[in-house]
Amino acid sequence: MSDKSKHKLVKNRRDFVKKSIMVSVASFVGLPVVFAKNFPEGLIPAGILDGTLPPGLIGKSDKLIVLNDKPINAETPAHFLDDALTPNDLFFVRNNGIPPVKVNIEKWTLTIEGEAAQSSKTYTLSELKTKFKQYSYNLTLECGGNGRSEFYPPAKGNQWSTGAVGCAKWTGVRLADVLKDVGFTSKAVYIGYYGADTHLSGDPTKEPISRGVPIQKALEDECLIAWSMNDKDLPVLNGYPLRLVIGGYPASASGKWLNKIVIRDKVHDGQKMKAPAYRLPCDPVAPGTKVKDANMCIIENMPVKSLITYPKTGAMISKGDKVEVRGKSWTAAEQVDKVEVSIDFGESWIACKLEKSANRYAWQPYSVQIDFPKKGYYEVWARATDTEGRKQPMVLPGWNPKGYLNNACHRIAVKVQ
Amino acid sequence: MKGKETAESREGTTDNLWGMYINLLYVIVLSVILLFVYMAVRTDIDSYLNRKIYSAEELAAFQQEAEARERSRVAEMNWDKVVDGIHIRTGLHDDENLQIIIGTCTSCHSAKLITQNSASRDGWKSMIRWMQETQGLGQLGKNEPVVLDYLAKYYAPVETGRRKTLDMAEIEWYELDGE
Repeated sequence: MSDKSKHKLVKNRRDFVKKSIMVSVASFVGLPVVFAKNFPEGLIPAGILDGTLPPGLIGKSDKLIVLNDKPINAETPAHFLDDALTPNDLFFVRNNGIPPVKVNIEKWTLTIEGEAAQSSKTYTLSELKTKFKQYSYNLTLECGGNGRSEFYPPAKGNQWSTGAVGCAKWTGVRLADVLKDVGFTSKAVYIGYYGADTHLSGDPTKEPISRGVPIQKALEDECLIAWSMNDKDLPVLNGYPLRLVIGGYPASASGKWLNKIVIRDKVHDGQKMKAPAYRLPCDPVAPGTKVKDANMCIIENMPVKSLITYPKTGAMISKGDKVEVRGKSWTAAEQVDKVEVSIDFGESWIACKLEKSANRYAWQPYSVQIDFPKKGYYEVWARATDTEGRKQPMVLPGWNPKGYLNNACHRIAVKVQ
Repeated sequence: MKGKETAESREGTTDNLWGMYINLLYVIVLSVILLFVYMAVRTDIDSYLNRKIYSAEELAAFQQEAEARERSRVAEMNWDKVVDGIHIRTGLHDDENLQIIIGTCTSCHSAKLITQNSASRDGWKSMIRWMQETQGLGQLGKNEPVVLDYLAKYYAPVETGRRKTLDMAEIEWYELDGE
C-alpha cells in the first residue's frame, strides 16, 4: 500500500473511531447525538469517562498514529515528543487486550502473593496511598518493539516506527516497599503482574499479558506502583487506576490496570513471558534465521537511544540560517553521556549540549545550533552514547525474529535553499 | 333664519369637504397597502404566470436523477465500498475472497494487524500457527490455503536491506525560519 493511502486510511480510521464513539454514545443514551461531527476533538462524553461506555482512543490526542485499533496501539510522531515530559494525551499506547471499562476506584485492590511471598496481602488504593511513602520519578517507557518497522526480513507485530516511547512524571509507591511489607523468602527470583484487561478473544480464562522482572530489578528505588502521571490520574489507556512503572526495561514489564503481583520462586511464566515474546536470540543470528524457542533469551535492559524532536522532518531553510536541532536521549545505564549529530551522513559528528537527568531512567534533552554549509539535501542524524560507552548504530542493530530493540540513529530530512 | 340656514349649509359644505378628504386619504392608504402587497407577492405571481410546464420526459429525468442521488448516498454508506482496490471499512486489499479474510481474521483482531505487516506465505502460516497455539484460533480447514494465498499475494515483504533510505514520498516539506 502506498504511504499516501496509508495516511488516508489513518484519517478514515480516526473519523471512524470518532463516529463509533458517537454511535456508542447514541446507543447507550438511547438518543442520537446531534451534530456528532461537530463534537470537539478531545471532549469525551461523560458516559465513556465513568466506564459505562467502551473506550476507543479515549483521552488521547488525534496527533497519535493509530497502528491497530483492536487492541489499541498508537504511537507519537517524533516532533510531538518535544515537551520536557510527554503530556498524557500524547503518550503512546500499547495494549495487548481490552482495557477494563468499569473501574470502581473505591473497590480497586492490589493483591500480593506467590510461592516466594511470606504472606498474601490485599491493599485498597487508599491503603497504598496512606500506608507507604509516596515518590515521584521521571521515567521513560519504551516498547521493546519500537522501531520494528525497519527490520528486514520483516518481523510480525505492530509496525512501530519511532514513537512507542515517552517520558512522564510518575507518582506512586515503591514496588520494593510493598514487596517488603508482604515479605518474601530467599527463594524469590521474579515478580509477575496481572491486570484487569481482558483477552481479545473474550475468553475470560485467557490473560492478554502477564509479564514481570527479576526480583533484583523490582527492588530498585525507581520501580513504582503508580496511580498518577504528570500529576493527573493515569489515562484509561495507560492503566487507570494503577500500574507498574519499571524504568529501563521494555515497557511490557510495566503492567497496567494492576490488580495482582506474584512473587515467584522461578522466572514468571505468565502470558508473553515465554519465547519468542520479548526475547532475543541468546546468540546473534543472521537476518531471517529461524531460532528455536530454547535459544531465545528474555530482554532485560533497553539499549541507549535518542530521537530528534525538533525540527520536524522536511524542514526547508534558507542558506545562512542557523537551526536549533534538539531531542531526547535515554538509556538503561546510569546516564546518557553524550549526544552528537551529523549532517554529512555520519562522516563527522557535532557534540550537543546535553542535560543531566533528574533521576535514572528519565530521558535527557539535548540541543545544538546547526549551520548548514551550502545549499542542498541534508539528513540530520542523532547518536547517543551512554556512561557504559554504548553508542547507537547507524544501520539496524542485530536482526532478531521478533524485531525488538531497534536503536539505530534517528534521521530527519532538511533542505537548504 | 335665512342667515342661520346659510351658516348651517356652509357648515354642511365644510363637513362634506372633510368627508371627501378622509375618503381620499382612505383611498391613498389603501393604494399604498395594495402596492406593498403587490410588491410582496409580485415575484410569486410572475413565477406562477411564467411557470415552466414540464414534459413527461423531463419529469422522468428528474425522477432518475433523484434515484441516482439516493443510490450514491447508499453507496457512500456501503459497508463494503472499495476505492482503488482497497476495501474502505477494513483497509484490506479487495479480492474475490475478501469476505473469507474478513470473517477469518477480523473477528478477533483489527485488520490493521494484517495491513501493517508483511511476510512470505510461510511467514503468514507461522503467524496462523502461533494464533492457533496461543490465542485460541481454531482450525481454518479449507479456508487456510485461501487465506494464505491472499496474504502472500497482497502482503509480501519488500526488500529493504540493512537500512532503507528515508522515504521521500512520505516527507511533507515545509518552510522553516532559522536564525
